[in-house]
Amino acid sequence: MSLQLSSRQVAERTQAVVEDLAELEGPLLPILHEVQKEFGCVPEEALRTIAEALNLSRAEVHGVASFYHDFRKVPAGRHVLKICRAEACQSMGGDALADGVRSALGIDWHETTPDGRVTLEPVYCLGLCSCAPAAMLDGELHGRLDETAMGELVKETGR
Amino acid sequence: MTPVIFVPRDSAALAVGADRVVRAIARELSARGLEARIVRNGSRGMHWLEPLVEVRTAHGRVAYGPITEKDVPGLFDAGFLDGGDHPLFHGETKEIPFLKGQTRLTFARVGVTDPLSLEDYRHYKGLRGLQNAIAMAPAEIVATVTDSGLRGRGGAGFPTGIKWNTVLKAEADRKYIVCNADEGDSGTFADRMIMEGDPFVLIEGMAIAGIATGATKGYIYTRSEYPHAIATMREAIEIARREGILGTSVLGSRHAFDMEVRVGAGAYVCGEETSLLNSLEGKRGVVRAKPPLPALRGLFGRPTVVNNVLSLASVPVILDRGAAFYRDFGVGRSRGTMPIQLAGNIRHGGLYETAFGVTLGALVNEIGGGTASGRPVRAVQVGGPLGAYFPPALFDTPFDYEAFAAQDGLIGHAGIVVFDDTVDMLKQARFAMEFCAIESCGKCTPCRIGAVRGVETLDKIAGGERPEAQVDLLKDLCDTMKAGSLCALGGFTPYPVLSALTHFPQDFSPRPMAEAAE
Repeated sequence: MSLQLSSRQVAERTQAVVEDLAELEGPLLPILHEVQKEFGCVPEEALRTIAEALNLSRAEVHGVASFYHDFRKVPAGRHVLKICRAEACQSMGGDALADGVRSALGIDWHETTPDGRVTLEPVYCLGLCSCAPAAMLDGELHGRLDETAMGELVKETGR
Repeated sequence: MTPVIFVPRDSAALAVGADRVVRAIARELSARGLEARIVRNGSRGMHWLEPLVEVRTAHGRVAYGPITEKDVPGLFDAGFLDGGDHPLFHGETKEIPFLKGQTRLTFARVGVTDPLSLEDYRHYKGLRGLQNAIAMAPAEIVATVTDSGLRGRGGAGFPTGIKWNTVLKAEADRKYIVCNADEGDSGTFADRMIMEGDPFVLIEGMAIAGIATGATKGYIYTRSEYPHAIATMREAIEIARREGILGTSVLGSRHAFDMEVRVGAGAYVCGEETSLLNSLEGKRGVVRAKPPLPALRGLFGRPTVVNNVLSLASVPVILDRGAAFYRDFGVGRSRGTMPIQLAGNIRHGGLYETAFGVTLGALVNEIGGGTASGRPVRAVQVGGPLGAYFPPALFDTPFDYEAFAAQDGLIGHAGIVVFDDTVDMLKQARFAMEFCAIESCGKCTPCRIGAVRGVETLDKIAGGERPEAQVDLLKDLCDTMKAGSLCALGGFTPYPVLSALTHFPQDFSPRPMAEAAE
């Protein structure tokens, strides 16, 4: 997930992803997921390559990539903390927990700490509604969070 | 006999430390020179007891929970491998009241079996429905599903058999089965539990749907927020292919059916079926106008069955036991069982499958045990972020599609989120509008702009800015969204808003007054 790729490298690696998946019916979402896995985001240059390969306009591909919350224009921080903001977590004090994290990290939703350590994202339901409040740190699920446990998660992002 | 220990692999168990418990058990086993087999089962659905550790003993399967890694040495000291007593011992699992009171048809195997063991699946009556279906004519399969009274479990409640019949009768070179596993509603996790806990039942249900309608390709569209469900489902599909359940000849029959998992990208609206189809096609997840119905012109313009996970997962038992068996459960026009999800501020949260007709109050207070905080219940939201808030005064409402509709609510995907008396209902109404604004696909104006105006109007009410006039405006706005939106996102967002306003008007008076009243 190097940030220093030339646009030619991006194009080449995107081309390889597209070739792998182009045979699928409706390949665009799987391609965008793979591209994001490759680069940590969906770079502008990748959109161009995908559009050419799938015979779509760049506007169409941009339209799709920008429609979905998951696809990033720039890579996230080293850690991604997703906190559930939906009703079940609200009912167990999720809002206050999230406010605490925002002030502890000094960032708002969708932002990354200046040191690039952690990106904070809201998520609307992890399906852990019977073990609320819930969060996901780098793909790992955490339920029944309280201030102490959430504090531990935030601390983990510092390691 | 080597003892068998069960520790769930369900996300709800993993989120509260199931993997750490497994590692601790493995450590203890080797330190004590003991042997045991650890099975990672699905969850029994008693989520307040997770991680729930079970042991198969001479006196049946017994349960301990909730277990943390620190409890593990103590379990061994208590002789849990032989069902020894312990402060966290619950006796035989199936005798625990929360489980014993249920009628598990769709969830019969979830929590019992190893989700990826086809041997377990067959042992617990799996594949019988598919075998029966293969021996039947497509129209007969469709008639069985119609007669069972099964209605769409995603929320709309449309009769599944009628949808299948439309696809069966449609002429096309290709047809599709699309499983809507985009379970985005807060308070719901039943689809996830099926995919993680009994993936073969969904594969079997989709294969039956394929044979019934002449479709040869299936897609499961699920959420990126469900990594474990995705992984388990994909693994199960591989196994099913290897074992001839999927492929050019389903269980050796003349029917071909194959399927794959597709992952969304964080758009709630893709749970709406036409938006889901656009997303599968690689487009923006924008809602399509109906007609044409997806059953006639669905995925890539072909006739398509779009069914929820729970609908498809209920099909195998119907084909196994017959339409009458399933139809005999339930009340009125709501037949069979519903996997109800108890969530939020509730003491006994989890999955409770039961026949339609149980009252909301029984679910919240008796089965769910009231709030987790111990405070009085003030409101419950039924049916996800687009579902109405019910006050305890309406707790005698029976759980069925029509009874909820009569109370200006919906059962949706059967998620129940409980709130205690600290909830601020104006804030909840505002959140409903805010959520709609964030997740609107933008195609229709009532939803795209109405939701934003809704947030502003509620902020003005909170600020005490001519509140009576704003409340009238809010009601008017809700009318427009209800009647004018293209899909349920804009069309149903008024449910939580108006129900909050109707049942909790005191929360909508100017803030200083509300505070003074407390």
